[in-house]
This record gives sequence, structure tokens and C-alpha cells, in this order.
Amino acid sequence: MMESISPAGTDAAAGTIEVRLNGRVRAVPAPLTVRQLLEHLELRPELVVVERNLQILDRAAYDRTEVLAGDALELVHFVGGG
Amino acid sequence: MATMNPTVAAQDPPLTVGGHTLRSRLILGTGKYADNATMVAALKASGTEMVTVAVRRVDLDRENQEGVLFHLDPEEYLLLPNTAGCYTAEEAIRYARLGRAAGFSEFVKLEVIGDQTTLLPDVHATIEASRVLAAEGFKVMAYTNDDLITALKLEDAGCAAVMPLASPIGSGLGVVNPYFIREIKRRLDVPVIVDAGVGTASDACVTMEQGVDGVLMNTAIARADDPPAMAAAMRLAVEAGRLAYLAGRMPAREIAVPSSPSKGMLD
Repeated sequence: MMESISPAGTDAAAGTIEVRLNGRVRAVPAPLTVRQLLEHLELRPELVVVERNLQILDRAAYDRTEVLAGDALELVHFVGGG
Repeated sequence: MATMNPTVAAQDPPLTVGGHTLRSRLILGTGKYADNATMVAALKASGTEMVTVAVRRVDLDRENQEGVLFHLDPEEYLLLPNTAGCYTAEEAIRYARLGRAAGFSEFVKLEVIGDQTTLLPDVHATIEASRVLAAEGFKVMAYTNDDLITALKLEDAGCAAVMPLASPIGSGLGVVNPYFIREIKRRLDVPVIVDAGVGTASDACVTMEQGVDGVLMNTAIARADDPPAMAAAMRLAVEAGRLAYLAGRMPAREIAVPSSPSKGMLD
């Protein structure tokens, strides 16, 4: 089930925006770049791949890519598998 | 060949896939281990140089959930990201691209599953995804069934290796159709690596005796009572099977033939 993001969920005064992170709607501080988002989530950028609105982001673009309200972000990594 | 070094083994060129040379013909999965320390010990005992990994969402609810790379050194093992769990070509292509974006390898273990019960591959979707990924520069190692025509089409699609199953994933049934495996090996130029179905060391040995270039396994080791011990057994079995293949087996007969001379018997 996809949760929908309402514009009302974005609280400019509180400095947060709502994004869909790994399939779930979450409020994150705004403004922030993809690199800052990973820092916020305590994830190591070299071990994570970010897909933003179905486009894989080059790691070199993390600093200049701003997370926008309503973005669908997938953060993936390698796990054990056969 | 670490344990024995007869001439025939010394002259056997190592397995080369997609331009990478591997000293071991055994490729291991990293799933289903009871814990990471057991996995690491098993990988070491197996002598493998290439391991598969899966691409999954980071679990954001668990604080700093550890990915497999906290335990595996990508300098020590060539990583083979897989597309496990994908049921369409589009899905598999998406997972393959995410795996490559991690920045460790151009390899992908492509699997597109066609049936949830048997986990048999959707070969049409696998061929379609292979074409797309090979054109994007991926070194595609494609999991497929033991069908020669599909194997030929996968090679034609640009796969770096074709990986027919011995028997269904996780079944441990061993090689159910050695004739088809041999025929695929005879007809393809790219490496043929048997992927899935090995249950114990004898299965790995029989697999390698068919003349294939390598074998990929996961459950047989991860779900053994003692995974590092089974990994060591698999290493020996793969070497033994390869050496037996190179040595050339005697023809099988359904009648007895005495090993001692019939001449020289006493009156």
C-alpha cells in the first residue's frame, strides 16, 4: 500500500518536508541534499545506492542534489544472497 | 588446484569470466548463513574468489543495520550482485543497474524467476534482460534452466557466462540431467557454470565431472550443520571433479570385466 503525500504534510515553518523513503512516507529536515539525508539517516554513502524518482543518482551528485517534497527515494545496499 | 598438482591439473588454465581470472572454480552465495562470522569462515574454507550478493532496501527502522559489506572485503572477493526475487525483465534490469551503481563490479548474476513454487527461470525474460544489460556493458552471468536452445540464445545475447541449474534453487537434488549439462558445455564458447541444486560434495564432484567450468552454490554450504567444514568439502569435491574430468574417465559398462589377468592361473 502506497501512502500518499499531502502538501499539508509539508511543514515549511518547522523546516521539514515529506518524502517517500523506501516505500514509506517520512518527514525529513529541509532543505537538505542527498548527502545530508544519508548523514541524517546515519548511512555511509559508499555503501548505499540512491535511486531518486526511478533514476539512479551518481555519488558525485549527492552534494548538489536537493531532496524535494514528494520525492520517491530508494536507498539500497548489498545483503547476503545466493 | 591447491591440494594436488598432477600434470593434467597443472596444465588446466584457470577459469576466466568476463576478463577476470579466478583461481577457484567454486562461486559462493552469501545468503542464509546463521551469522556473518560463519559466512566469512565458510568463504575462506571454500577458497572462492567470487561471491554473490543481493540488492535490497536498507532497513531504516533498525539502527545502522549492517549490510554484507561490513563483513566482506570487496578487495578479497569479486562481488557478483544478483537480481534474485525479480519476476520481470524490467525489474531485473533495475536491480542490475542498482547493483552496478554500488561501484564494485560490472558483473551481474541475472535471474528472472518464472514460477514461485519451483523458482524455475523465465527464460524469455532472461534472454530479453541479457540483451539490454550486455548492451549496457554488463558482464552478464545468466541463471537458466538446462535447456540447450536457451543457453545458445543467452550466449548470442552477449552473456559472459551461462549458468544452467543442476536442479531447482535450494533443492539439494544434485544434477538431474547430466547429459543436457554436458551438451550445453560442448556447444557454448562462453564459460558454463552450473548454478543451483547442489546438495552435498558428491553433487559438486559429479557436476564438475561433466566438464563444466565452475559451480555456484549457496544453500548446500549455508544450511549444512557445519558450514565451514562443508565449504572445505566442496572445495575438494570441485577440484576432484575437475581433475577426474581432465583425467578422462573409463567407459562405463553394465557387465563385469576382471581387473586381474585371466592367464597364469594354476591348473
